[in-house]
Amino acid sequence: MADTRLRRFEWAPVRGVWRHELALFRRYWPSSSFASTVEPTIYLLAFGFGFGSLLGHVAGYRYVDFVGTGVVATAALFTSVFPGMFNTYVRRVYQHSYEAVLAAPVDVHELVAGEASWIAVKSGMFSCVPLLVAMLFGLHPAAGMLAVPLFTTLTAVGFALFGVWASTVVPSINSFDYVITGILTPLFLVAGTFFPISGLPAWARTAAHVNPLYHCVELVRHAVFGFHPLADLGHLGTLALFAAVMAVLAVRGMRRRLID
Amino acid sequence: MADLPAITLRDVVKRYRDKDGSQITAVDGLTLDVPAGVCLGLLGPNGAGKSTTMRMLTAQSRADEGEITVLGHPVPAEAKEARALMGVVPQTDNLDEELTVRQNLEVFAHLYRLPRAGRRRAVERALEIAQLTGRARTRVVNLSGGMRRRLLVARGLVHSPRLVLLDEPTVGLDPQVRADLWGLIAGLRDEGTTVLMSTHYIEEAERLADACALMSGGRIVAQGTPGELIAHHAGDSVEEHHGPPDRLAEIEALVRRAGLPTRRTGPTVSVLRAEHIPPSLADALGNGDRVVRRAASLEDVFVVLTGENVG
Ligand SMILES: Nc1ncnc2c1ncn2[C@@H]1O[C@H](COP(=O)(O)OP(=O)(O)OP(=O)(O)O)[C@@H](O)[C@H]1O
Ligand SMILES: [Mg+2]
Repeated sequence: MADTRLRRFEWAPVRGVWRHELALFRRYWPSSSFASTVEPTIYLLAFGFGFGSLLGHVAGYRYVDFVGTGVVATAALFTSVFPGMFNTYVRRVYQHSYEAVLAAPVDVHELVAGEASWIAVKSGMFSCVPLLVAMLFGLHPAAGMLAVPLFTTLTAVGFALFGVWASTVVPSINSFDYVITGILTPLFLVAGTFFPISGLPAWARTAAHVNPLYHCVELVRHAVFGFHPLADLGHLGTLALFAAVMAVLAVRGMRRRLID
Repeated sequence: MADLPAITLRDVVKRYRDKDGSQITAVDGLTLDVPAGVCLGLLGPNGAGKSTTMRMLTAQSRADEGEITVLGHPVPAEAKEARALMGVVPQTDNLDEELTVRQNLEVFAHLYRLPRAGRRRAVERALEIAQLTGRARTRVVNLSGGMRRRLLVARGLVHSPRLVLLDEPTVGLDPQVRADLWGLIAGLRDEGTTVLMSTHYIEEAERLADACALMSGGRIVAQGTPGELIAHHAGDSVEEHHGPPDRLAEIEALVRRAGLPTRRTGPTVSVLRAEHIPPSLADALGNGDRVVRRAASLEDVFVVLTGENVG
């Protein structure tokens, strides 16, 4: 260890952050798993059967199946963006945990990588639960479903980092209300989750295409009902680009807040 | 390596911009060497720039001017390497309250890249240092203030660093806990660990530090062993005169005329270098019944040099 040069990015800090998260998760897994799996399931049941009884089929799918796949994406959104925003804000501002971590051989980008990757993996796994529930209600299993965790995790990376970035922008923890109402709710609604975007006015359809969540919805649906290789590469690329841009913003924001 | 100072700061300046746009120079041309194996006490009043200096050594604060080297690594360029070799005990407690004592140490054993085999042993050793072996499974939120502070120190030592930064390690602690920590710090020093310790407790510096640097307004105003500093700036002894305000003013005037430094604290005037009071002045002062003679202290040095009290 003594006087060797350390690399710019190392896994040791990421493992250290994971260690910390794991210790917390061991303590809080019942409540956090409950919230992240039961909530999307409620949406699925309420919308699936509520509207499902009125609509029957939407965009060529049984409505329950349509919502069942859509809810996977909204679960990926919420189980990543909320921890990204609130956990990082609380740890930075109230607990001063990052102050301690950065006094160890850890740089800001490694800290952010550790936090975001943990959130994303957890979110990526949890958000597959609605798919299992939908299967109980008659969704046919498909081989492509095995790729769903990959898509949800990639989506969650972007939104976790978005949350981290937002936590460095807000002046106080109450200001997250603006982010939630002004950004997350529209993203959540205009993504083709509960209704197809084809029914929307042109401007809203355009907006949907820059909504990362929309691309996740499409990927999940295609994984279940059949891939559209070219379009899906585009969706994947968009999600990767979103994650990359958010990574730059999140690291920059955290650096500004943690290093003076 | 052994001959190089563990820390060097050269003409370091750090400015902060306040919310109203005004500028604060927190560190103002600081030059300081901390030799390897020495416990150096950084003494200064609130706002002197002690914490800012510590934060610059870990590159959590970036100097606007000057050069910093820590254990041979230029900072901030090689700050990560430098941080791997040093332990940091911050002024404000930033333990994770929701984790247990052991978990707090384990996380840092990972962050400091201890190999798997050594990790367990390092954590056990840190538990012993904190005297919390029996409380390893207690959550930090349930520890007393003194236990938390011991854990905070032990966390900074989990990787057995060659250099330790202690930012006001005993502030706000009761005498018993303070004595425990003093024992711990003395132990580090005896093992040859380099220690940079900021404090505004004179007694702490006098007991633990091999050398002291007095800091005021972002710069070092004097440096040396406590004995040297006292002998050089405050002499051997101090005569404290108690009395009503006009009498004190009179005494001050008389003493100043004789060219000796004085210091005013509440209802007393202290005459420094009292061993040099000429007979004529002694007569003029009279040997009234309210005079106390005592040995000069670092506190006196500080006041002479800066006009400020440290504590
Ligand atoms: N992040 C910051 N933004 C603006 N000003 C700051 C910041 N950090 C420190 N300062 C200012 O810099 C000066 C030095 O502060 P510092 O915390 O280094 O003093 P200190 O010697 O550690 O004092 P104390 O004994 O109270 O801990 C103070 O005037 C302080 O207000
Ligand atoms: Mg301080």
